[in-house]
Amino acid sequence: MAKGILKVKAKASGDKTKVKLMAKHIMESGQRKDKKTGELIPAMFLQELKVMHAGKEVFAANLGTAVSKNPYFAFNFSGGAKGDELTMTWVESTGKTATETAKIK
Amino acid sequence: MSMNRRSVVKAIATGGALIGASVLMPRIAMAAWSSKAFKAEDQATAMSELLGGTPSESAEVTLKAPDIAENGAVVPVTVRSTLANVESMSIFVKDNPTPLVAEFMIPAGTEANVSTRLRMGKTSTVTAVVKADGKLYSASKEVKVTIGGCGG
Repeated sequence: MAKGILKVKAKASGDKTKVKLMAKHIMESGQRKDKKTGELIPAMFLQELKVMHAGKEVFAANLGTAVSKNPYFAFNFSGGAKGDELTMTWVESTGKTATETAKIK
Repeated sequence: MSMNRRSVVKAIATGGALIGASVLMPRIAMAAWSSKAFKAEDQATAMSELLGGTPSESAEVTLKAPDIAENGAVVPVTVRSTLANVESMSIFVKDNPTPLVAEFMIPAGTEANVSTRLRMGKTSTVTAVVKADGKLYSASKEVKVTIGGCGG
């Protein structure tokens, strides 16, 4: 579970780019109990997410445990063209972090 | 001092690695993840910790959410605003163990229109707070949940 948890669909239409982003992540809230041992499963969730386009931040999110499993985000920004690259950086609550890229279609 | 110790103990209990991570990793330039706001257990505290105020209801904020969510684990929500200079949009679920769901930063050039999916433990009011021009505006909606998405 290191790299490549993000699935990105970015589409340029007119002068703006529509981005749909899904992260494959359990988003463990820290509220669930292990059914066998009855102990709480420690929280492990995506805390921060940032999307950059051409060196400019176009979207950023601070997330809590109430974001659903496999979080999904959709947003639009102006600018961006077919073939441009988006850079996504995420930070997990455990401190794990990674940067992924995706092309605008 | 006692406050300090308490927060340290709490951090160890909840994530352990968090401490190490925050020391080892230089923060990327963005609004820092507010652990106080995200851990607050009532909505008013979470709002004032995150945004430093209480919002006023506004028709220029649109919160799209289902009337009845069959599965509280996945509740689709869209927040939209026609206000100018939107800086951030946050979502709160009043009756969740921790009401603050997420905060979205909207840089200039990005539309104030974000969709996401969230968890709801039970039927509750969902509130979207939009920060525009330094002021806070909100819209609320009650979402009925038939199966909770927290605990288990």
